Amino acid sequence: MNKVFTRPKSLKRNVFHYCPGCGHSIAHRLICEVIDEMNLQDKAIGIPPPGCSVFAYYYFDVDMVESAHGRGAAVATGIKRAFPEAVVFTYQGDGDLAGIGTAETIHAANRGENITSIFINNAVYGMTGGQMAPTTLVGQTTTTTPYGRDTILEGHPIKMSEILALVEGAAYIERVAVNSPANIRKAKKAIQKAFQVQLDKRGFAMVEILSPCPTNWKMSPLEAWQWVDKEMTKVFPLGVIKDITGGKDAD
Amino acid sequence: MANKVLMTGNAAIGEAAIRAGCQGYFGYPITPQNELTEYMAANLSRRKGCAFIQAESEIAAINMVYGASLVGVRTMTSSSSPGISLKQEGISYLAACQLPAVIVNMSRGGPGLGSIVAAQSDYFQATRGGGHGDYRTIVLAPASVQELADLTHRAFDLADKYKIPVIILGDGILGQMMEPVEFNHEAPAELPVRDDALRGAKGRPSRFIKTFTSDPAELEEINWSLFRRYELIKRDETACETFLVDDADLIVVAFGIAARIAKGAIKTVRADGLKVGLLRPITLWPFPDEAVKELAKGVKQFLVFEMNMGQMVEDVQLALEGKGEVSFYGRPGGVIPTPSEVARVISRLYYQKGLNK
Amino acid sequence: MKGTIEISCELCKGCELCISFCPKGLISSSDKLNASGYLPAVFNDNGECTGCAICALVCPEVAIEVYRG
Repeated sequence: MNKVFTRPKSLKRNVFHYCPGCGHSIAHRLICEVIDEMNLQDKAIGIPPPGCSVFAYYYFDVDMVESAHGRGAAVATGIKRAFPEAVVFTYQGDGDLAGIGTAETIHAANRGENITSIFINNAVYGMTGGQMAPTTLVGQTTTTTPYGRDTILEGHPIKMSEILALVEGAAYIERVAVNSPANIRKAKKAIQKAFQVQLDKRGFAMVEILSPCPTNWKMSPLEAWQWVDKEMTKVFPLGVIKDITGGKDAD
Repeated sequence: MANKVLMTGNAAIGEAAIRAGCQGYFGYPITPQNELTEYMAANLSRRKGCAFIQAESEIAAINMVYGASLVGVRTMTSSSSPGISLKQEGISYLAACQLPAVIVNMSRGGPGLGSIVAAQSDYFQATRGGGHGDYRTIVLAPASVQELADLTHRAFDLADKYKIPVIILGDGILGQMMEPVEFNHEAPAELPVRDDALRGAKGRPSRFIKTFTSDPAELEEINWSLFRRYELIKRDETACETFLVDDADLIVVAFGIAARIAKGAIKTVRADGLKVGLLRPITLWPFPDEAVKELAKGVKQFLVFEMNMGQMVEDVQLALEGKGEVSFYGRPGGVIPTPSEVARVISRLYYQKGLNK
Repeated sequence: MKGTIEISCELCKGCELCISFCPKGLISSSDKLNASGYLPAVFNDNGECTGCAICALVCPEVAIEVYRG
């Protein structure tokens, strides 16, 4: 028999500190598979955020640099402009990219920076203990929405993929999920494309990944994986939001 | 009749703020102060006329505080070191406009993302203005959960009295520890609104609030007037605590959680016959210069102990004006020294300086 | 197509996702804790495994290797 599935080379052998069933673990593996298949390990520079994935540098076997909360797109811009041969990717949570980092993200996209942003959306601030995120759903209980997210007090969940699609410099934006075998396969293809867009110098590319957070959603891993389909995709529909490269155009 | 309850420091700040009539809390998650943000989410948001917002960033939060203060209500924000860095521009604006506000910093190790545990490395940031321009903020340094509650209430009063931002400089240990606390005030039946607030030009000429001027002489006068007020604050609001200083040959100077640790160390060395006392500044700005000078009349040896690379030590040296010798012991990064470790440092210094003779 | 898998039980965090997603129900929870305090997944090899690798696809811990041939 042939080995048909094994750990990607660029995924370090450290045990993940992520919770059982966490989407980060899947996303990390998919990115490393893409880095291996596209031969990017020598050129990649990754920028993890403060958040559960602050320790991403223990897992990705590529050069990585910490960024202040929300500023990943700006750091990526500095790196890519100063060293265009690098393949630069940010790996950001929902607070990081859709909360404190909205200005940096929108403007990097507006400038058409040739960077790849991986946006992990789990509708909650995980690492700090389960507070509301910009993408928390209406009615969802978190530690700072103990009575459920109220649109009058807290507004609606924010749809960054749709917002960024309006920006000229954004070349490719797709929303995927890592909560089922079929979705995981599609997520990998999207990540591959997002890196290809950078290599082809077409502009800003982002993959929004709906990601389960069993611990802060207070569910079992399987329940959390199902909640992504049951509730999150109602607000955050999966699919290509924008693609100027000749693929399906959702404008 | 006040009741004693067991609370974490973070929650005690929240409860004290609500009882002080805080009407607007604007914050953002950051370890180790999330329990305060969450306390306000659960409790302030339910109070009539009050607003709780988890803002999109710490910068947004301090600007929301600025807005709420402009319309005359008691307002606060909280964060920890990196988030307080983000707020500095907003604090400079509050100071420039002479707007009251309470800013809580439950500090953690730095610089950068640092650590998530207690450190005291934001002393300079808090006491030297922190943001751009010539201004000061009152800085209060509690050392217990009870003091967190008391000083939170006092912070709102001081902010209103002097029209100045007040910083509560706590840390991750104080925020997370649980101690019995008594609240001596009930929340006011009617939320206070300042007379000078900007609330629409009904029945009066319109006013505008600005910090910019094209006339340097105008700005100079604004700076002078701020500093005249700072002199009053120095004269009337400086506070500190002394412990076993009357017969001391060596005075340890420490604030906040370091003072708690130092007290434990001093009790240990006192049992061995060493005559050591403690000066605990409670207002870091204004710094208790006079207390230092008074102690220096009888004591020549001072040991400054802080959980940083040496920040308050400069204020002690400035206050002494050469009339005493200052040594320093610091542990940065969020490492929490034990009382026995500090006791060893005190003893070693005591013997090195020949104080046992 | 015949297949088989190897589960590194010390990497497993007992999330049970492989158990839920295996089309043939060939994985179950062990009743012995691993060193991390989880009940890891175990492969019940009855010859029916096709090496579809769905278990490995969904395993967050990259604890499963799949063989096919």
